[in-house]
Amino acid sequence: MFSACADPASLEGFSWLMCYLTTGKHIDFYWSFLTVLVLLVITAPTALAFGFGGAMAARSQVAPVRWLGKLYTAMVRGVPDIVFFLFFVIALDQAVEWTKHQIVCPGWTEPIRQGLEFRVCPQAKVPLGTSAQIWHQIYGFALAVFTFAIVFGAFAANVLYGAMNAVPRAQLETAEAYGLTHRQIFRRILVPQMWTYALPGLSNLWMILIKATPLLFLLGVKDIVYWARELGSAKTQAYAFPHPDWRLWYFLFLLVVYLCMTRVSEILLTRLTRRLSHGQATAAGEAMRRAAQ
Amino acid sequence: MSCWETIGQYAFRSLGYGEKLLPRADFTLCQQFTLIGSGLIWNIYFGALALMFGFFFANALAMAKAAPSPWLRKPAEWFIFVFRGSPLFIQFFLAYSALVMLPRGGIDIFGLHIATSWLTSAWAGALIVLFLNTAAYAAEIFYGALMSVPKGDLEAAEAYGITGWAKFRRIQWPTMLRLAWPAYTNEAIFLFHATTLVFFSGFPAFQQRGDALYYANYFADKTFNPFVPYPIVAFYFILLTFTLIGVFGFVNRRLNRHLPSNTRSRIRLRPQLIR
Repeated sequence: MFSACADPASLEGFSWLMCYLTTGKHIDFYWSFLTVLVLLVITAPTALAFGFGGAMAARSQVAPVRWLGKLYTAMVRGVPDIVFFLFFVIALDQAVEWTKHQIVCPGWTEPIRQGLEFRVCPQAKVPLGTSAQIWHQIYGFALAVFTFAIVFGAFAANVLYGAMNAVPRAQLETAEAYGLTHRQIFRRILVPQMWTYALPGLSNLWMILIKATPLLFLLGVKDIVYWARELGSAKTQAYAFPHPDWRLWYFLFLLVVYLCMTRVSEILLTRLTRRLSHGQATAAGEAMRRAAQ
Repeated sequence: MSCWETIGQYAFRSLGYGEKLLPRADFTLCQQFTLIGSGLIWNIYFGALALMFGFFFANALAMAKAAPSPWLRKPAEWFIFVFRGSPLFIQFFLAYSALVMLPRGGIDIFGLHIATSWLTSAWAGALIVLFLNTAAYAAEIFYGALMSVPKGDLEAAEAYGITGWAKFRRIQWPTMLRLAWPAYTNEAIFLFHATTLVFFSGFPAFQQRGDALYYANYFADKTFNPFVPYPIVAFYFILLTFTLIGVFGFVNRRLNRHLPSNTRSRIRLRPQLIR
């Protein structure tokens, strides 16, 4: 199909643009959209699980666990999230290498922190210095995903903690009167009812998560922002492009992509909210009941 | 070198006063505290000015969105959608690459010379983006509050013969502000958090004059130890958040002063807004 692109002399106008948009670098650019989607697909459930754990811990009967849970939920309140992103990526990397160092090289006598350097034995490097480039990329991506999960888990814990408290107290008291244990009340009464209260917060969080994906670029992953910068500029260290500075158009394209993503999610989430408030003892549910009559 | 000397050298480093060279080795805790605190001046500058100008624009936008005429309503809706629906990070990049494309020497219109080069520097360019961004977010909050002004209040105003502009200025607007204030406090807090993005996207730091996170990142890169500089940034921002809650809480009490104490709206910190 693109065999015409092999002959530079015949290229001009529209056919030049078609060939330009299908170069190998552009294919990498299109694949990086998949990176963003993979990040969203992995992070959303993981963060929800972290948040659920955090909210459960914050409601715990055991004081130290409760403090830990409250600390986790309070974490994101006063501090910019980007600080956590920058912090956790280095901290996690060092924690992994330090742990592996303790296991792999027990006989190592030199200190790990030498002045300004963090030095573990060569066998404890993650991934090993000899492994293929792809493993370095995968490790970087995994660190980024884990960081996203921790930070967004804290946000989700906030939302779920609020939702658990919003379930009417009378429901839980009735369950207690019937002789259900704490565990049973939690599983059968609290959790099924809390979702309708949690949904506005969670859908908001999903929007925030979509809009936070460009931060992958800061964490050193080759994502869409990275490629847009590379391809858009007139010249990089490695290549020279046959066009002036087109970064504006590349970023405009990204802006439109993000607007589409948030718009589609908004429509879907509104539908989901309608479904979940059906038959609930909330204002939205009551309005639906009235409308149906 | 004592800590006071360090403070004297670096307290206004982010504005270009004092010692030119950043420390390169043997970083002391004092240096890190001073330089990161000096960077915080930029965060406060961006946050305070964007919030101040954004407040007025947000009011205008909220009114436009509530207007019956589609010529006012549609542009306001689109503006709010574009700025709330896309990441602030991309907005910064886009704004920077757009501003760079302006001709270097300035534009001549009818013999009038307009310089443009200052727009690409962070203090102006990033401030414009943050201003537009916070205006869009706050406008949505104000619009929501404007829609939930109690019907009875408006009917009572009309019964007293207060109509038109007087009704808006004396009944609708104060009630809107009162209802929106807790959410607006949150918006203000997260705007200050968003100012940390400025030097990580598009806008370059001129002569290493960056914000708090810029210096923290500098130290973390140099020492390969994230456990000192980032907690310092966190400490400064927690202080800033408490200050903001104090100031906005004062306004909130003033807006609610006519109500019995049990029906007043309280400010609750809800981390619902990042850009």
